[in-house]
Amino acid sequence: MDKFILKYFNAIRISIAITIGVVISFFLIFLISKNPGASLSYLFLSPFLSSIRMENLISAASPIIFCGLAIAIPFQARIFNVGAEGALFIGSVTGVVFAIVTKMPPLIHIPLTLLVAGLAGGIWGLIPGFLKAKWNTSELVVSLMMNYVAYFFGLYIINYYFRDKAAGALVSLKISTSVWIPTLPFFSRTSWTIVIALAFAFLVYFLLYHTTLGYEIRTTGFNQHFAKFGGINVFKIIILAQIIGGFIAGVGGMTEMMGIHHRFNWQISPGYGWDGVVVAIIGRNHPILIIFASLFLAYLRIGGQYLNLMSDVPYEMVSVIQSVIILLITAEAFLVQWKERITVKEAERKEISHGTTS
Amino acid sequence: MGPLLDSILSPEFGFAIFRVMTPILFPAIGVAISSLAGSINIAMEGTMLISAFTGVMVSYFTKNLYLALLAGLLAGVIMGFLLGYFHLKLKADIILAAIALNMFASGSTIFMLFLIAKDKGTSISLRSLVFPKVHLPLIKEIPIIGEIISGHNILTYVAILSIIFVYFLIYKTPLGLRIRAVGQNPDAAESVGVDVKRIKLYSLLISGFFGALGGLYLSMGYVSWFGRDMTAGRGFIAVAASNLGGHLPLGVFISSIFFGLINATAIYLAPLRVPSEFTQLIPYVTTIIALTLYSIRVSRKKKTSKSEV
Repeated sequence: MDKFILKYFNAIRISIAITIGVVISFFLIFLISKNPGASLSYLFLSPFLSSIRMENLISAASPIIFCGLAIAIPFQARIFNVGAEGALFIGSVTGVVFAIVTKMPPLIHIPLTLLVAGLAGGIWGLIPGFLKAKWNTSELVVSLMMNYVAYFFGLYIINYYFRDKAAGALVSLKISTSVWIPTLPFFSRTSWTIVIALAFAFLVYFLLYHTTLGYEIRTTGFNQHFAKFGGINVFKIIILAQIIGGFIAGVGGMTEMMGIHHRFNWQISPGYGWDGVVVAIIGRNHPILIIFASLFLAYLRIGGQYLNLMSDVPYEMVSVIQSVIILLITAEAFLVQWKERITVKEAERKEISHGTTS
Repeated sequence: MGPLLDSILSPEFGFAIFRVMTPILFPAIGVAISSLAGSINIAMEGTMLISAFTGVMVSYFTKNLYLALLAGLLAGVIMGFLLGYFHLKLKADIILAAIALNMFASGSTIFMLFLIAKDKGTSISLRSLVFPKVHLPLIKEIPIIGEIISGHNILTYVAILSIIFVYFLIYKTPLGLRIRAVGQNPDAAESVGVDVKRIKLYSLLISGFFGALGGLYLSMGYVSWFGRDMTAGRGFIAVAASNLGGHLPLGVFISSIFFGLINATAIYLAPLRVPSEFTQLIPYVTTIIALTLYSIRVSRKKKTSKSEV
């Protein structure tokens, strides 16, 4: 048992953090809801109760996976670029504009549009990346400001040049069917987007753990001075990590437009970039774990939407739960005393069993 | 450009600079104090939100301005304590913990707003109080200058006085000396018996206090209601302002005036024939440019000082 705890300490720690978050939500619901039993089942059971909701869950997880990866790569290099939201927004705007003004057969149009969206996102990552690498400008503040710039600038482009005047709301013109991402076979509404998201997750896994670039990114994150002495071009790594992150966020945003909305319709920033920060922290910047963290967050989101719709408990309950969870997970020393006690016990036991022979 | 120039040269514009500077100056002071102790508080955004919300709600329920002030300040200090506890005691990365606290503040204030006001946007339906305006005697009689300086919310004057207060705190008190010592060289401070963690915690509590004042001003002075995410990045602009000011009282004051000027210009551009999306992004673009210019200067300085050695 002790050995098991030591081996899977991180997983156990994360599970305990999630459990505490869930328990707090129980507590809050019992405190404010007139019908706590029903509210709880809306939040935790309703996402599983129909195949449509399950599909919604999968669809909701895709952009979160993209943004989680986009955040995790710079985080692995210990670069606190939180600009995935801006990269996602500007990538989608650029991609939609490109899709509106060009005409091509789907086989070329889809990948090319995703590429354009990704490049726009990449440029959004390049700016704080370059400023950080060159003059040590705080990438955190710059990337945050860039989120606002992307939002207002993107809205300006859409509202002034590509607005669909026939539509009642502030939305762009429709993009042609040649860039629509089709629905998966055997599914009623889940598009190929989730497959693209999973493919990116595995690509990023390969990049981080099986290539030189990935090794250099992780080493830079581990210790920048060490990386420099080891001959790694830290300047290049800091910039590249953020360009790749921005690229993935841009692609992720555009897949939403191509798979679901078929036009640009975000009048408020969708917040996926921040979800990305949440899942990167829960998944400890590991691409495969980020997939599961994103599914978990999407599950909370879908449950939260039903909760909001059907009961007297507001949706923001979910933000409270998730912030408590990530706060506990970032607390490195949380439960560490417990681990140390077990380690000592384990060591003592070994000492006793080996003590007689030596 | 004619009408813009006219309005910028009017005393109202000078007045507007102080008005929009206040919610940047307070959190910038907070960030500066935490940065001087070497533990930068980027949870200002969340701290301001929580305090803005607490102030509005306590004043609505009690109709007592002092209680609202007290509760708002307490809420801000608690945010500072939480950041300190997670960073110093539970060894969380201070930036990640602050991001989590900011999310918590955004979510929980909307959550509570809905429970109390049955509205997720603003608290306009609740009659909450505001801090009074102060007309300075004598000064208000002076033409132009009186119009610019007099008649502000009391918290605007508190913000300016805070600069003097912080100057004394940092340079003339033992606590200030320890804060600077801990920030410049924690090991050296530790070796002469300074409790580094304790000093860092104090600096975070003080920074929470000033963040709270910024939040209270926003919801009980700048406007008279709480709105979701009403800080709109001011907590982060404050980080930039603190950086630009070198984390020193006078520098922070000057850089906050600069950001006030930029924000006021953006507000004055709005009614002219400029797309509102464009005027709204001015403060954020300026922040990036100013921060970049500052860091270029700092990195040049470092290089020259290195070559001298």
